[in-house]
Amino acid sequence: MCGPMEDLLKEFLSETNESLDVVDNELVRFEQEPNNAEILGRIFRLVHTIKGTCGFIGLPRLEALAHAAETVMGKFRDGAPVTADAVSLVLVTIDRLKSILAELEATSAEPTGTDGDLIVQLEQMALDDFAPQPAKEEITIGTLSPQVLERPLRPGEVSLDDLERAFRDTPGPEERQMQKRGDDRRIGERRDTNTNQTLRVSVDTVERLMTMVSELVLTRNQLLEIVRRHSESEFKAPLQRLSNVTAELQEGVMKTRMQPIGNAWAKLPRIVRDLGNELGKEIELEMHGAETELDRQVLDIIRDPLTHMVRNSADHGLETAEERRAAGKPAKGTIRLSAYQESGQIVIEIADDGRGLNLAKIHRRAIEVGLIGEEDRPADTQLYKLIFAPGFSTAEKVTSVSGRGVGMDVVKSNIDQIGGTIDLKSVQGRGSTFSIRIPLTLAIVPALIVASGGERFAVPQVAVVELVHRGSHANLVEEINGALVLRLRETLLPLLSLSQLLKLPTPPDAGSDSFVVVMQVGQSMFGIVVDDVLHTEEIVVKPVSSSLRGIKVLGGNTILGDGSVILILDPNGIAQSIGATREEAKIESFVEKDAANEEDALKTMSLLLFRSGSGSCKAVPLSLVTRLEEIDVKQVEYSSGRPMVQYRGGLMPLIPAGDDAVLARQGKQPLLVFSEGSRSVGLIVDQIVDIVEDRLEIKVASDVPGVIGSAVVNGQAAEIIDVAHYLPLGFADWFDGKTARGAEKPKLLLVDDSAFFRDMLAPVLQAGGYDVMALASAKDALSRIERGARFDFIVTDIDMPELDGFAFAEALRTLSSAAPIIGLSSVINGASILKSKQAGMQGYVAKFDRRGLLHALKDAACELPEAA
Amino acid sequence: MSKRLSGEIEYVTAWVAGQLFGIPIQRVHDVFEVERITRVPLAPAEISGVLNLRGRVVTALDMRRRLGLPPRESEKKQMAIGIDHDSEGYGLMVDAMGEVLKLSASALDALPINMQREWAAISSGIYRLEDRLMIVLDVDQILNFGKDTLAA
Repeated sequence: MCGPMEDLLKEFLSETNESLDVVDNELVRFEQEPNNAEILGRIFRLVHTIKGTCGFIGLPRLEALAHAAETVMGKFRDGAPVTADAVSLVLVTIDRLKSILAELEATSAEPTGTDGDLIVQLEQMALDDFAPQPAKEEITIGTLSPQVLERPLRPGEVSLDDLERAFRDTPGPEERQMQKRGDDRRIGERRDTNTNQTLRVSVDTVERLMTMVSELVLTRNQLLEIVRRHSESEFKAPLQRLSNVTAELQEGVMKTRMQPIGNAWAKLPRIVRDLGNELGKEIELEMHGAETELDRQVLDIIRDPLTHMVRNSADHGLETAEERRAAGKPAKGTIRLSAYQESGQIVIEIADDGRGLNLAKIHRRAIEVGLIGEEDRPADTQLYKLIFAPGFSTAEKVTSVSGRGVGMDVVKSNIDQIGGTIDLKSVQGRGSTFSIRIPLTLAIVPALIVASGGERFAVPQVAVVELVHRGSHANLVEEINGALVLRLRETLLPLLSLSQLLKLPTPPDAGSDSFVVVMQVGQSMFGIVVDDVLHTEEIVVKPVSSSLRGIKVLGGNTILGDGSVILILDPNGIAQSIGATREEAKIESFVEKDAANEEDALKTMSLLLFRSGSGSCKAVPLSLVTRLEEIDVKQVEYSSGRPMVQYRGGLMPLIPAGDDAVLARQGKQPLLVFSEGSRSVGLIVDQIVDIVEDRLEIKVASDVPGVIGSAVVNGQAAEIIDVAHYLPLGFADWFDGKTARGAEKPKLLLVDDSAFFRDMLAPVLQAGGYDVMALASAKDALSRIERGARFDFIVTDIDMPELDGFAFAEALRTLSSAAPIIGLSSVINGASILKSKQAGMQGYVAKFDRRGLLHALKDAACELPEAA
Repeated sequence: MSKRLSGEIEYVTAWVAGQLFGIPIQRVHDVFEVERITRVPLAPAEISGVLNLRGRVVTALDMRRRLGLPPRESEKKQMAIGIDHDSEGYGLMVDAMGEVLKLSASALDALPINMQREWAAISSGIYRLEDRLMIVLDVDQILNFGKDTLAA
């Protein structure tokens, strides 16, 4: 658009939209404080101005609408009761004005159509609803009504009241002139002469200034570099001056990008009011710290998430007035929005005093959508986090409020995108508080410059927790089957080599001179190994070009003081690429293929902690344990020197868990019972310590028979015992018992890239009467089948490198393999089940659901009797 | 199609592996020498890196790669043509710059049908100059690559 008229229109549009937003909020306030003449006066003036401008530019439709709204407000001013209906009608009118404006903006012409419907209602309101009421009062109180109308006003006609008011309000000649010139500041000036003078500047102009300042900063830095080399330089003093001015200029330009967060809140009072009406709730919206400033870019990104969260609080968080009264709370619910600055970050809190999060509901829902398994018992804080998972919504009914296609997952990803974090606290019956922490600005961030593979990279410092020099003895970097971990105080920190992540040439000796940059993203902590840490620098973040935007680990690029371009790493992207943000449990996996094996084992699961013999605590996945028993030692019998106990109508052999575990001498003996069919084995333990919910992650593999490896469980080291080792000790024929009875055992192929799962499932399946072949890759399996290997059943993991479970199933179909296929996955949801069906799988079972797997196999066998 | 165009068009020309290419001068922002370039890990092969062009970060595109040609061996200075695409800066790295040619719009020929598909996709026509052919490049198509092949 160009030319004076278009410019004028543009100005008008942005100004009017802003005014309407103000009117929105003021009206909501006014409804609550009907006697506040100041608010009313302000509303009236704004609407009046809009009307005037519309008339001036020649927008009859807008003008007529604004006029009708103004008339109603004139009635308010004359003392008509401020009813919710009347306010709603005016608000609807404002919405209509906005939609006309939107179209005007799009097409540069006022859309055709009439607003007769609204105008009639407004006029009706002005005449019928209001006029008689004050009139009645007048009769009783006996005051005089100065102007009485004998007939309804025609559109565009001015009432006597208006006329009088217009006279009073009409700006003086000076102001009138300004209005003619389309000056947009008159609203502010007229109302409040001591408000700061402001200028409207286009965002482009500010952005260009920013770019130029950045360039200036770079040039300054170059000059400083040159002067540093010449110790006696006459440039020194003026350059110092230039440097200071540049810094101030930079700060000044940065400031122009700052906007009060209140701008992002402007629409909320109206939204909350309408929501309250719609949902039949009384809601008070408190806003604190609206003047807190942050970068407009950040503001734009959090605007929608904030709105969504406030909606959520109103919709799900707050109870209805009756529920609240019943709970002994004030009928009116409160949503409190507050913003403040804290150590270079902006903290925004959205708190409500509603019912709090319903943990049971979240738990149920999480199982429904397959985020957790039936038997999982995550901690409360972990449950809270699930509401940020994609596809999660516990809203029972889809109101017009919820179900808009934006969930908390979108909120979280928006916040992640700008390097922010979101936290949640909730007390049942007392309310919930969401805290969002976001950086002040995205444009200039302090960064750590690191070197890796001969290149330099910038790491935003907001994500950096600490730096560890690898060489120092206290901090040991260890390797577990190729995966690096750092023993950092109490924890094992997963490490990731930056040069590997970025596929950079690795120097022959990464050496002890390297550094570990410990980073935290949300709740996940990990370390990246870099060759060197150079310095810190304030960097100007520039987005990468669209052709590079697909590279998740890069967050942008920047020009350093020396004029070279370096890439900025995106901590979120790195965390994602190591599977960390999906849930904190996964942080300790690595992108490398070998290490990815462990990934699925990292989901939290219930682990049974126990002690037996000397040494550390031992642990076993609870799902493998059939029962926990305590027997009287007197019941123990010996058969050929081996301890047995009568158990459920049979003899159950007792096996010590570990070489040095022994039976108690007297009293009770705790046992872990593992059963399959009619056979059971009891594992002798000294003490059952606890059942904990934790990720199972083998840190150190073990050669000790019966021990898979060590893991940190519940903050302490524990040996994960190998059930497969103990079961055959009870029955020598545990794994081939069925053959002994002469039945040909069905052949079962187990494909899982994770050694842990193969080790865990193979004994279970063998115990279930299958002849198990366990393979690590689907490719290997396929080639064996191509070469003629026959299996009656195939159980395959879904998430595998190279060829995943679905692809494997499809490939099997083309090989016309008739064996039923059961998929195993840590993710069970509608989509994946459907996908498994399409891929030709007969069953699809959660990874830890041992019973489910055996059931699925039995079902599959029924469907295909000849196979079993 | 060429008939509808009239008047003369100015082309900035450049050499890539012995072939002359032209880009309409309106699309060309700059011609500059590539001094320091920062490699972008995990980037599509066509992208040689990012560089600082007077305070602006510009993505450098290797025209040899883009045209499916072997890398340059010469140690001579690396030239690049600065263009804007969707208000982002790109530098097309070429072997050497040619002169600016003013050519009649009506003399633009259609591409020969046997031209390699990769080349045809990024070219919009061809000029028969006295001593050689000059291929007119379609700047927007040049930057339309690797949409699916980006390293995730």
